[in-house]
Amino acid sequence: MINILIAILGFLLIVTLVQVVRVSELLSEIKNQDANEVTFQDNKIQSRTLGIVGFLFLASCVWQYFEWKHVILPPASSEHGAIIDSLMAVTVILITIVFFITQIALFYFGFKYRKDSDNETAFFYSHNNKLEMFWTVIPAIVLTGVILYGLNVWNKINNTDTSNASVIELYAKQFGWEARYAGEDGKLGDAYFKYVNGPNTLGVNLDDQFSMDDIQTKEVHLVVGKPVLLKMRSQDVIHSAFLPHFRVQMNCVPGMTTQFAFTPTKTTKQMKEEEGEDFEYVLLCNKICGAAHYNMQMKFIVEEAEEYNTWIKNQETIKDRLLTQNN
Amino acid sequence: MGDHHKETFVTKYIFSIDHKMIAKQFLITGMFMGIIGMIMSILFRLQLSNPGESFKVMEFFLGEKWAPGGVLDPNMYLALVTMHGTILVFWVLTAGLSGTFANFLIPLQIGARDMASGFMNMLSYWFFFVATIVLLSSLFLEMGPASSGWTIYPPLSALPEAIPGSGLGQDLWLIAMTLFVVSSLLGGLNYIVTILNLRTKGMSMSRLPLTVWALLIVAILGVLSFPVLLSASLLLVFDRTFGTSFYLSDIIIGGELLHHTGGSPILYEHLFWFLGHPEVYIILLPALGIVSEVISVNSRKPIFGYKAMVVSLMAIAFLSFIVWGHHMFVTGMDPFLGSVFTFTTLLIAIPSAVKVFNYIATLWRASIRFTPAMLFAIGFVSTFITGGLTGIILGDSALDINVHDTYFVVGHFHIVMGLSAIYGMFAGVYHWFPKMYGRMMNKKLGYLHFWVTFISAYGVFFPMHFTGLAGLPRRYYQNTSFPMFDQLTDINEIITFFAIVGGLIQILFVFNFFYSIFKGSKSTQNPWKSNTLEWTAPIERIHGNWHGEIPTVHRWAYDYSKPGSDDDFISQDTPLRDGEEEH
Repeated sequence: MINILIAILGFLLIVTLVQVVRVSELLSEIKNQDANEVTFQDNKIQSRTLGIVGFLFLASCVWQYFEWKHVILPPASSEHGAIIDSLMAVTVILITIVFFITQIALFYFGFKYRKDSDNETAFFYSHNNKLEMFWTVIPAIVLTGVILYGLNVWNKINNTDTSNASVIELYAKQFGWEARYAGEDGKLGDAYFKYVNGPNTLGVNLDDQFSMDDIQTKEVHLVVGKPVLLKMRSQDVIHSAFLPHFRVQMNCVPGMTTQFAFTPTKTTKQMKEEEGEDFEYVLLCNKICGAAHYNMQMKFIVEEAEEYNTWIKNQETIKDRLLTQNN
Repeated sequence: MGDHHKETFVTKYIFSIDHKMIAKQFLITGMFMGIIGMIMSILFRLQLSNPGESFKVMEFFLGEKWAPGGVLDPNMYLALVTMHGTILVFWVLTAGLSGTFANFLIPLQIGARDMASGFMNMLSYWFFFVATIVLLSSLFLEMGPASSGWTIYPPLSALPEAIPGSGLGQDLWLIAMTLFVVSSLLGGLNYIVTILNLRTKGMSMSRLPLTVWALLIVAILGVLSFPVLLSASLLLVFDRTFGTSFYLSDIIIGGELLHHTGGSPILYEHLFWFLGHPEVYIILLPALGIVSEVISVNSRKPIFGYKAMVVSLMAIAFLSFIVWGHHMFVTGMDPFLGSVFTFTTLLIAIPSAVKVFNYIATLWRASIRFTPAMLFAIGFVSTFITGGLTGIILGDSALDINVHDTYFVVGHFHIVMGLSAIYGMFAGVYHWFPKMYGRMMNKKLGYLHFWVTFISAYGVFFPMHFTGLAGLPRRYYQNTSFPMFDQLTDINEIITFFAIVGGLIQILFVFNFFYSIFKGSKSTQNPWKSNTLEWTAPIERIHGNWHGEIPTVHRWAYDYSKPGSDDDFISQDTPLRDGEEEH
């Protein structure tokens, strides 16, 4: 019933629209005008609207910034994240300046240079090589700076010293994460998808001696100030390990291992004080991976060394978990 | 040729070889697909702002199976996102935009009677038509249409066990895309040959209107990049059907160990984006061409820096082939490659900046006539700036780490590619409608359409930068699983509100379009007082474009308000006066 009513309503709306348009066109015909020719009056109205809407648009951009500044992620909680944040700040300032200059020029010229009368003619000005050279060279110089700065940061991120980092594996599958700590030997044992079997969910090679002290967990604890090297694997489709607060993102690709190294600089406790009691570091999946993609997460906790040591001591090693139980 | 051969209803309206009719067929098919894609986006926007709420409209469109109790199913959400992307990128902004305007404008603006091969041109449309039918039919499958995102990354797109849409739905998607590529190649080759060989006397390359330049470059891009997509899809078909392992390796799915080893999904990503990035410019360049023309005509001023405009088009096109890796900064690609792609990507900002400054310089001391087309062209410049600038963040590998695949990207590419191209398309339709149908579109409805579209489109996509900077990933069915995103509810509601308003106002455009075809006021031969050759052709549609001789060209297309002339425009077929200099 309601569908029929909506259909009737839609039909009436279209009929009304047709009539309104017809009437306005007939009116113009009576006045001996072409209804759809653009008049000086139109130019006046439209150019003013352009000025006003343009101004309101730019004002709304400023408003949105102040209104929604608080939703933007807090400053990075990692060493490399801080330099990314500085690069971001510089870039944002730069593009904001260019944004306002060009948008204002666009809306202002549109507003100002409307055709008001028949005697008015535009200025025939087809090119100016100097001017064009100027606005090719200036962006080129500015971009050279941006590129050099960006590449410098990129190199630092990719050359993080991992010699004394704790190695942790992130293992992704539809739709959850698991982690594996390298254990006391600091080396992750060999793993392969064909070894996945029953409780050995990560496919750890149980014949490899480095596997024995590995520790499999459902959440990740990190020591503040200590570098960590994340190694990512995936069991089924591409996932992406996204840790927005640390400015870390790396895809997890079946058939290969990817990695990302970083150093956390703020404990969860500190962040709770700054951002509120509900704050948690979280790992999200950021590559479309199926129906429950939106809910694929794992908790990260950054803490002091003592707390970490207490926690890790209470975790079972692979040997305890898989081999001892099997016996 | 001329108008001598007999046309029946079928040869005139259906299997037509007249480029003008084929252009209209592309346009109307594109508009139809645009409406479908837009409805999809409104449906998933409703779910994003009001997760878990029941909507009658959801049930109306998707039925009990995909929206039980009026709540969108998570798999269907991903299917809608995938199909929305596929339809908008390929069907609307590639075929609908270049298909329409390349077909319509190339012969008319270069002074040719038709395309080099009218038959190939017809085939191009009908391949596209069949592709459309195949793609749409996948919407009615038991397991749903393709659901792995419009980029269809394997393994997700290769394994029906991973997501139901990767079954028959993905097969149909691949078949549709293959047909689409064939259509696009048939069209593209034809455009290139026509522009290079069939220009009328006097139409040297340096006198080509910028629309034709843009369409030529787009055709070249398409011919070079679409075959790569085709080969990527073929390898995917092999993996899916014949058990090969090009993209698949070390997979356990549904508790089952697959035999595939040695393949790499990264290979697919490279092949896909080798098309995928030029594709962005295949979408954007026709709009740049159209906007150059519309701005110049309605400013009554020559386009500023014609040569720089051509060179920057070429530079953008060339660079577009060596930047694809910026879609893959976080795939684990060699960091050195990341540096190279950052470098090449940011270089694109230079020719883009030149274009923007030249548009603004064209408006300076102009004498602007505010047609709806002109408003959309100004809107284009605005979105091109806004979206282009955020590209500097995304193209910088170090910054991309934290905004990659978030709503920041969604905002960026919808503004710079989606809105810009669609504004270009609207500008083109409003501008050339009189040439297409001999009637004018209603200007008041046009104005209303522009203002509501302009405001609501920014209302949809600008706030997405903030949700992106808050870390919100794209393609999430709902954001409620993470307390950190609870604060984004207000923004999401605003976005959905504007999406609905912006969607509804398009009804006005569709209405205006069809109303004006039949009832619009009659157009004069050259309603915009334009210089290009299409306006020297008669108003009524004849196959062969001109009665009698094809006009000869004596000047470039941009002699507006030239000192020493009585009118403020001089058609390209007007000989130079004694002592008059070109430009």
